[in-house]
Amino acid sequence: MMTTLTAATRAKVLQRQGAAVALVLMVAVSWLVFPRFGSLDNVRDLALQGSFLAVIALGMTFVIITGGIDLSVGSLYALGGVLAAWGSQHGFLVALTLPLLVCGAIGLINGLLIARTNMAPFIVTLASLLFARGLLLAITDEGANTYQIAPDSAFVELGRGTVAGFGYPIFIAVALCVLGGALLNRTGFGQNVFATGGAEQSAILMGVPVARTKITVYTMSGTLAGLAGALTAAYLQSGVTVIGVGTELDAIAVVVIGGTLLTGGMGTVLGTVIGVGLIKVIQNVINQIGTLDSNYQSVVSGVFLLVVVVLQRILRR
Amino acid sequence: MPTDPVIEVRNVTKTFAGVRALDDVDFTLNRGEIHALVGENGAGKSTLIKVLTGIHSPDVGRISRNGRISTIYQEVNLVPLMSVAANLFLGREPRNRFGLIDRVRRDAEAAELLTSYGITADVRSPLGTLAVGEQQMVALARAVAADAEVVIMDEPTSSLEPREVETLLEVVHKLHEAGIAIIYVSHRMDELYRICDTVTVLRDGRNVHNGPLKELPRIELVSLMLGRSVNEIQKHGTTAFGEDHHADAQPVLEALDLTSKPRINGINVAIRPGEVVGLAGLLGSGRTETAKAIIGALPLDRGTVLVAGKPVPHNVKAATKAGISMLAEDRKTEGIIPNLSVRENIVLAALPRLSRFGVTSRIRQDRIVDTFVKRLRIKVSSPEQKVAELSGGNQQKVLLARWLCTEPRILLLDEPTRGIDVGAKAEVQALIDELAREGLAVLLISSELDELLDGADRLVVLRDGEVAGELEEAQLTREHVLTAIAAEVMDDADSH
Ligand SMILES: Nc1ncnc2c1ncn2[C@@H]1O[C@H](COP(=O)(O)OP(=O)(O)OP(=O)(O)O)[C@@H](O)[C@H]1O
Ligand SMILES: [Mg+2]
Repeated sequence: MMTTLTAATRAKVLQRQGAAVALVLMVAVSWLVFPRFGSLDNVRDLALQGSFLAVIALGMTFVIITGGIDLSVGSLYALGGVLAAWGSQHGFLVALTLPLLVCGAIGLINGLLIARTNMAPFIVTLASLLFARGLLLAITDEGANTYQIAPDSAFVELGRGTVAGFGYPIFIAVALCVLGGALLNRTGFGQNVFATGGAEQSAILMGVPVARTKITVYTMSGTLAGLAGALTAAYLQSGVTVIGVGTELDAIAVVVIGGTLLTGGMGTVLGTVIGVGLIKVIQNVINQIGTLDSNYQSVVSGVFLLVVVVLQRILRR
Repeated sequence: MPTDPVIEVRNVTKTFAGVRALDDVDFTLNRGEIHALVGENGAGKSTLIKVLTGIHSPDVGRISRNGRISTIYQEVNLVPLMSVAANLFLGREPRNRFGLIDRVRRDAEAAELLTSYGITADVRSPLGTLAVGEQQMVALARAVAADAEVVIMDEPTSSLEPREVETLLEVVHKLHEAGIAIIYVSHRMDELYRICDTVTVLRDGRNVHNGPLKELPRIELVSLMLGRSVNEIQKHGTTAFGEDHHADAQPVLEALDLTSKPRINGINVAIRPGEVVGLAGLLGSGRTETAKAIIGALPLDRGTVLVAGKPVPHNVKAATKAGISMLAEDRKTEGIIPNLSVRENIVLAALPRLSRFGVTSRIRQDRIVDTFVKRLRIKVSSPEQKVAELSGGNQQKVLLARWLCTEPRILLLDEPTRGIDVGAKAEVQALIDELAREGLAVLLISSELDELLDGADRLVVLRDGEVAGELEEAQLTREHVLTAIAAEVMDDADSH
C-alpha cells in the first residue's frame, strides 16, 4: 500500500505536468509551423471553442473525483441548446434558466438514483443519455424543427458578445473554473468529494454525507452541461439538435488527460482545463493542415488518451 | 459511583441476513468511565459500536445518547489518497474570513497535533504513504481532537508497536481525566486491566456479563468470553506454544545481505527446518521489510535468498514456487478479497496444488476449508459467506488459513495473532508449533513479547534496519530481549 501511494503521488504530478508539458510543446511547435496558429483571431477562436467543452468537463471532473461517471452530458448539452433557443421567444431569463433547470433536474435524478439505490453510475447516466436525446427529438419533431434565436435578442449577445475580441463564453468558462477550483480545494464540500471517491466506506464512517455529495455532483454536472448548451445555442443563434453526440466521451477524455484518476479520489480543475486546451489545440492544428481528414482529430485524441490511461496504470503500481 | 448514563442501550437486536449479530443486548455507559467491551471474534462488539454510532440501525430496541460520540473504527477509517492533514480535519477544517478552508493553518495545526502523538511525517503527503501504525495514530488524533463526550475505540492497539501503545494509553488517561467516557475494545488482557473500570462481555451477540473489571480474575473473564469452564482453560498456559523444536543442521532458508536503502541494510537470517525464528524490534526497525524482501516483494539494492542452498530469483512468484509463503501484516489491503466467499479466499493460494489438469477437486477444497474453519474456529454462517461480512478477527483467520493450506516449506508470519481473540490465539500458536514440528521453517514477527519468547527458538533483533544481535534459546528472557531491542525504551520506562 505504501509503495502504491507514493507512486500514485508521483503519477499525479507526472500526469498533471505531463499534460501541461505536452500543451506547451504543442503550442510552441504549432506556432512555428503554422503562421496562422498564433494569430489573434485563431487564439480567440480556440479559446471560444474550448470554453463550451470546459464548462461540461468541469462538472465531469467533480463526478469522476467522486468515483462516478456521467454519460448523459452530451445529450444534456444538446437538450440545453434546444431549450434555450425555444425559451428565447419568452425573453432572456427563460432562455437561460429553462435549460439550467431541466438539465439540472435530470442531473438531480441521476444523482438520486445513484446515491439512493446504489445503481451503477454508468447504467443510470446511460439511461438518461438515451432519455434526454429522445426528449430532444420529440420536442423538435425528430430534429426537423430547429428553433431560431432572434439575432437582435439579448440572449444572442451572451454567446456572441466580446471583450477585446474574446467571446463572453470564454470569460464565463474561466470564472466557473476558478469558482470550481475553489469549491473543490477550499470548501468542505470539495473535501467530501475527494473523500467519497477516495474511500467511500471510510468516508461514511468519518461522517461524510456521501449520498448528498454524489447527488450534488451529478446535479452540478447536468446543470453545467445545460449551461454549455445554452451558450452554444446563443453563439449559433439556434438550437442545433445534432450536436453533443459523443461529447460526454470528449469530456471524460479531457478530465483524464488532465490527470484526474478515473477511479476517483484525486484530480484537479486546472488539469481539466489543460486537457481541454490540449484537445482543442490538436483539433485546431489538424484543421490548419487542411489536407488531413478531420476524422484524424479523433484518432489523435484517442491515441493521446490511451497513452495517458496506460501511464496512469503503470505509475500507480 | 453515581450512575449518570451518556449512552444507554435497551433490548437491541441486529440481524444480518440470518446471522444474529446482537441478541437482546442491554448496555450502559456512564459518564467518565472507561468501559471494556470484550468477546470472541464475531461476538458482536463492532456491530454494537456501529449501532451506537448510528451506522447500523437496530432491528429492535432503543438507544439513547446524551453527548457527542467520536469513534475509531476497527477497520482504518481514513482516506488513503487525501493528505494526512485533510484526513485529520475532514469535516471541521479551520476557515479563513471568507469561509474558505485555510490550508496553511490546517497543515500547521495538524503538524503540531501529530507531533504530540510522536508522528513526524509530512502532513501534506497522502495518508496512504504512512505505515499502518502511524495511520492508526492519525485516526486516534482525529477522534480525540473532535472534542466529544464519548470516545469509542475498536481495537485501537491492534496495529501499534509497544511504544505507540504507551502513547495511546496516555491519551486514554488524559481523556479520562477530562471526564470523557470511553468504550475500549481489545483482545489484549494487559491493556484492559490497566485502564478499564468496567467490563461488558458479549458472547454470540448476547450480553453475558456486566460489572467492575478489577474484581474479576482474568481467567474468569476468559471463561466468560469463551463460554467454557475455568478448569478447562487452566489446562493451557498463557500461550499455547509447546516444547522447543529440534532443528536439523542445514538451514532451509538463508537470506544474505538483504539491503534496500533506507529501510534495511545488510540483513542476514537463516532458518532451519523445524525452527521458529523470531524477528524482534521496534516500529520501523525493518521487520516487515525483511519479510517482504525474503518473499521478493521489496526491491533490493543487493542481497540473495537461498532456499535449500539454491538461490531464488527475487520475485514473489519464484519465492512462492520455492516454497515460501507470507502472511502480510496489513491484511485489509494485502490479501483479503472481500467479495469472494470464505472458501474461495482460503483455497486461493493452494489452487495450483489442488488442481489436476486445470480442474480443481471441489471435495478436496471443501475438506480443507472445513478443517481450517474448525481448527481456527472461524465464525461463518457457511463457507460460502462473503469474507466482507465476517468480523475483523475472523477475516484474519481466513487469511492465515490461506497461507497454511499451501503447505509451504517456509512460512513468514507478520503479526499472525493480531486482532485474534484469546481462544483462537492459542489455536494459532499451537498450529504454528505443530507445523514446525512437522519440519516447517517459520519466521515469526510479533509485537507481543510473550509470543516471541514462547514461540521462537531463536531471536534475531533488528534495530534501524540492521541486525543488532541474535539471542539463542538460553538467552530468551524478557530482560535480554528488551535490552537488545532498544536501550532507549528501557530508559523511558525507568524515567516514569
Ligand atoms: N455487514 C454484515 N453482513 C453480514 N454479517 C455481518 C455483517 N457485519 C457483521 N456480521 C456478522 O455479525 C457477527 C458479529 O460481527 P462483529 O464484527 O460485530 O464481531 P466482533 O465482536 O467485532 O469481532 P472481532 O473481534 O473479530 O472484531 C459476525 O458473525 C459477523 O459475521
Ligand atoms: Mg470487531
